[in-house]
Amino acid sequence: MSMTDPISEETHPVRLRVNGISYDIDIPPRRLLSDALRHDIGLTGTHVGCEHGVCGACTILVDGKPTRACLMFAIGAQDVEITTVEGLTRQDGTLAPVQQAFKDCHGLQCGFCTPGFLTTIAAGISDNPDPDQEQAREMIAGNLCRCTGYQNIVASVLRAAELQREEDAS
Amino acid sequence: MKPAPFRYERPETLDRALAALAAEPGAKVLAGGQSLIPLMSMRLSSVPLLIDINGLSDLAHITVDETGVRFGAIVRHSDLLEHGGAREVQPLIAAALAHVAHPTIRNRGTTVGSIVHADASGEMPMILCLTGGSLTVASTQGRREIAATDLFIGPLETSLEAEEIAVEAFMPALAAGSGIAYDEIARRHGDYALCGVGAVVTLDEQGRVTHARTGYVSVSETPVIVDVTECFDEGQVDERSLTAAGELALGQLDPETDIHGTSDYRAQLARSLTARVLRTAHEDARARGAQKVSA
Ligand SMILES: Cc1cc2nc3c(=O)[nH]c(=O)nc-3n(C[C@H](O)[C@H](O)[C@H](O)COP(=O)(O)OP(=O)(O)OC[C@H]3O[C@@H](n4cnc5c(N)ncnc54)[C@H](O)[C@@H]3O)c2cc1C
Ligand code: FES
Ligand code: FES
Repeated sequence: MSMTDPISEETHPVRLRVNGISYDIDIPPRRLLSDALRHDIGLTGTHVGCEHGVCGACTILVDGKPTRACLMFAIGAQDVEITTVEGLTRQDGTLAPVQQAFKDCHGLQCGFCTPGFLTTIAAGISDNPDPDQEQAREMIAGNLCRCTGYQNIVASVLRAAELQREEDAS
Repeated sequence: MKPAPFRYERPETLDRALAALAAEPGAKVLAGGQSLIPLMSMRLSSVPLLIDINGLSDLAHITVDETGVRFGAIVRHSDLLEHGGAREVQPLIAAALAHVAHPTIRNRGTTVGSIVHADASGEMPMILCLTGGSLTVASTQGRREIAATDLFIGPLETSLEAEEIAVEAFMPALAAGSGIAYDEIARRHGDYALCGVGAVVTLDEQGRVTHARTGYVSVSETPVIVDVTECFDEGQVDERSLTAAGELALGQLDPETDIHGTSDYRAQLARSLTARVLRTAHEDARARGAQKVSA
């Protein structure tokens, strides 16, 4: 069995905690977390663009902090709580403030980049509940979008923060 | 864009990690993975065994005292950047870390990892040099401390032995009477710098410059530190001394042309950033001095 033969590759039992649920999967060490989420667990909300950390499409939350899923191995992610874009939606199926804001402000066109923006902004407005324009731009500076021109995404950040503040106040 | 197969270990103790590394030629350490995983995915790096050090909780410390700041190998850029004590004792750390990648990358990447990675476009190798810091490394044979000046020997190359793990970095405190600045030009905020420059300026009681040093990112194969004190022979920060400092520094730099910019452009950036950070560091030193007096 040669090392380069993918079929004979040794796999390991791995338990991932994703959106509050434990998943047991059997994977080789080289499985990127982004691929484990999409292919092994079936949560295809996490998108994969560049696979080297530049585009931000694969951004998930690791213990609440935005992290590139393409820059972690799934086997090394067993002691953390992972939140994907699917995990932002409420239990009752209603949209989280950041999702609602993207809908309100037309923050997406093709939607490819959107999961990475949503997770990043969800964490961003929890750190800074009242960002100004400049802070909203800084919050999303690590994510690329090829469609919108960003203006509506910046508006969505501000709107998401507003919705979140209203919700926290009530 | 998928890494080649490798074996994986995640030891719970440093001794086990060191033994695993010593036992397997070609094995590599995985810290934050923000440089190594892209290299593996692009098949620019392939390893038989990856030793994940993220389970070594003994290496998660940030210790600050009047001598300086020590931080362990799994301290993330973001944790060090947010550490109030570290910022107070050696403000260059936070000033430069704010320019390292995007917050999302900083949440995972380690500062020790970026030092060991020794990318001449990385901010923190230069900051280790500019602060006069050092790196503590361990192997099954014991520990040793490597001064920053002996660490960086080429692009992506350090004086670490293959079986050594960097356990801790130390950056000395900012000296009394001193001020700092760091600035860079990048195509987008968070991208690697086309040119980055840090400065430390020290003043005497009368406010005259007694010492000035600058450090350079992305304009040579390894971090370059230039002592520009002689340009301030009259103790003043003015056009004449700042221009002289820029010229002195350029004599020791080797800006190269690449797809991001020509060597002339990089030289011009180094020249103007040198003047800018020296001016800001001088103001910073005065402000810190004034704070001391009023306190
Ligand atoms: C999109 C993007 C933008 C970036 N922009 C910047 C930037 O502007 N400036 C910048 O400085 N960096 C930037 N980085 C890199 C980032 O700072 C990385 O965190 C850093 O270079 C490496 O740290 P790491 O912990 O991720 O190391 P890893 O990727 O895990 O390791 C890097 C190398 O160092 C070795 N290594 C790591 N830790 C140790 C140790 N303790 N002992 C021995 N060997 C070790 C590894 O074996 C590997 O060879 C960027 C990265 C990305 C993906
Ligand atoms: S796919 Fe992970 S950053 Fe582009
Ligand atoms: S909406 Fe198409 S890439 Fe952002």
